[in-house]
Amino acid sequence: MTIKPLQALLLVITCALSSTALAEKITIAAAADLKFAMDELAANFKSANPAAEVELVYGSSGKFYTQIQHTAPYDLYFSADIAYPRKLAEEGLAASAVQPYAVGRIVLWSATLDATKMTLQNLAAPQIARIAIANPKHAPYGKRAEEALRSAGLWDKVEPKLVYGENIAQTAQFVQTGNAQVGIIALALAVSPELSQRGGYWLIPDNLHEALEQGFIITRRAAGNALARRFADYMGSLPARAVMVKYGFVLPGEAAGN
Amino acid sequence: MLLSQGDLQAIVLTLELAGIVTAILLVVATPIAWWLARTKSWWKGPVGAVVALPLVLPPSVLGFYLLLAMGPHGPVGQLTQWLGIGTLPFTFWGLVIGSVFYSLPFMVQPVQNAFETIGERPLEVAATLRAGPWDTFFTVLLPLALPGFLTASILTFAHTVGEFGVVLMIGGNIPDETRVASVQIYDHVEALEYGEAHRLSVVMLLFSFLVLLTLYAWRPNRRKF
Repeated sequence: MTIKPLQALLLVITCALSSTALAEKITIAAAADLKFAMDELAANFKSANPAAEVELVYGSSGKFYTQIQHTAPYDLYFSADIAYPRKLAEEGLAASAVQPYAVGRIVLWSATLDATKMTLQNLAAPQIARIAIANPKHAPYGKRAEEALRSAGLWDKVEPKLVYGENIAQTAQFVQTGNAQVGIIALALAVSPELSQRGGYWLIPDNLHEALEQGFIITRRAAGNALARRFADYMGSLPARAVMVKYGFVLPGEAAGN
Repeated sequence: MLLSQGDLQAIVLTLELAGIVTAILLVVATPIAWWLARTKSWWKGPVGAVVALPLVLPPSVLGFYLLLAMGPHGPVGQLTQWLGIGTLPFTFWGLVIGSVFYSLPFMVQPVQNAFETIGERPLEVAATLRAGPWDTFFTVLLPLALPGFLTASILTFAHTVGEFGVVLMIGGNIPDETRVASVQIYDHVEALEYGEAHRLSVVMLLFSFLVLLTLYAWRPNRRKF
């Protein structure tokens, strides 16, 4: 029998579709503070699973939450605030329990001043004109920054100087380009190779703000995705935990340093 | 009240920004449009292309370069610091400058088209009647090109109102300074305040529709002579 062109086309499309379905692939939506840690985790995971394809998307936790509600093609969702994945789980959009994976810390960071010699009190100084924080309205790190400034009794003094990043990575970028002299960013970003060579940081005491508990889920669309489950398991492994610690994350169930 | 204080503040700020940008571009873009319409120079191509760049460039590219250029280490930033006005990112006037670049083609191109349509003839007639160049501009050229100016102003104003990417990159989201309506909507959505986002979005939708309706329904009589 002869194959007509249309049939041939359909055959090709069917083969193409089935082969993508067979290829092991996951897309991970991760909060911007994970930029460097997750790059390394995904690279390590891929070297242990050479056939696996891992796509990484970084952005703000709140935006991912909305997108996953509206069927975004993410298989795993790492939020900087565990409240978002919890809400998704309540809405029936998770295929796993909500896993706490880290507690985030905030730091003062500057590319133009020596932040290691600073404290929050220095932010009130007149020579500091602009301070970048993530938007407290929706960014988890921004909320913690606001809490810390309020607990230190500095909010009213520094509020006129604040500029708001859309997420914690943009906040760091405002400081890195020198447009803000100092910023309150994630420790995980301050210790990254890219930022640590540009300036030092001062760790903001964690008794000044609520704990920034971070959590992830496997999304409902990845319920049958074995690779997604393997990655979730990998997150609990010793090598993965070591990477997280290296980037300044406190692991759940472990006592916070300092 | 349907809209919150913050929403109203954002709307007023957006209208201020769009109004100032339109006024500045009327002054800045008219000579460029005039030159582009008349010149036979080799430079017409490159200059026209540069003017049209914001139509094609992703706002992130424009925002990125503006942030670097206007920052403390950039050339514009060095200049503004030397002038004693600090740096421009995260300020209203920084947004004005960003928007002037961003909306430039929307002012230049319709005005340029209007000038080109008028052609040489009315200018030659004015010259034979001994009208000086400024006289010719205000009494001959401007009235003839008025529909072009109106179209250009409406488009520029509307395009500035619709600006988002550049503002997000150089604005810093400061209330009453750089938090325009588009950013305010984005914040509402991010904070899962869908009700607020809807209300402000409907206002923007109606506004944009009315602007375009004015533009398309209103057909000025271009040929009176």
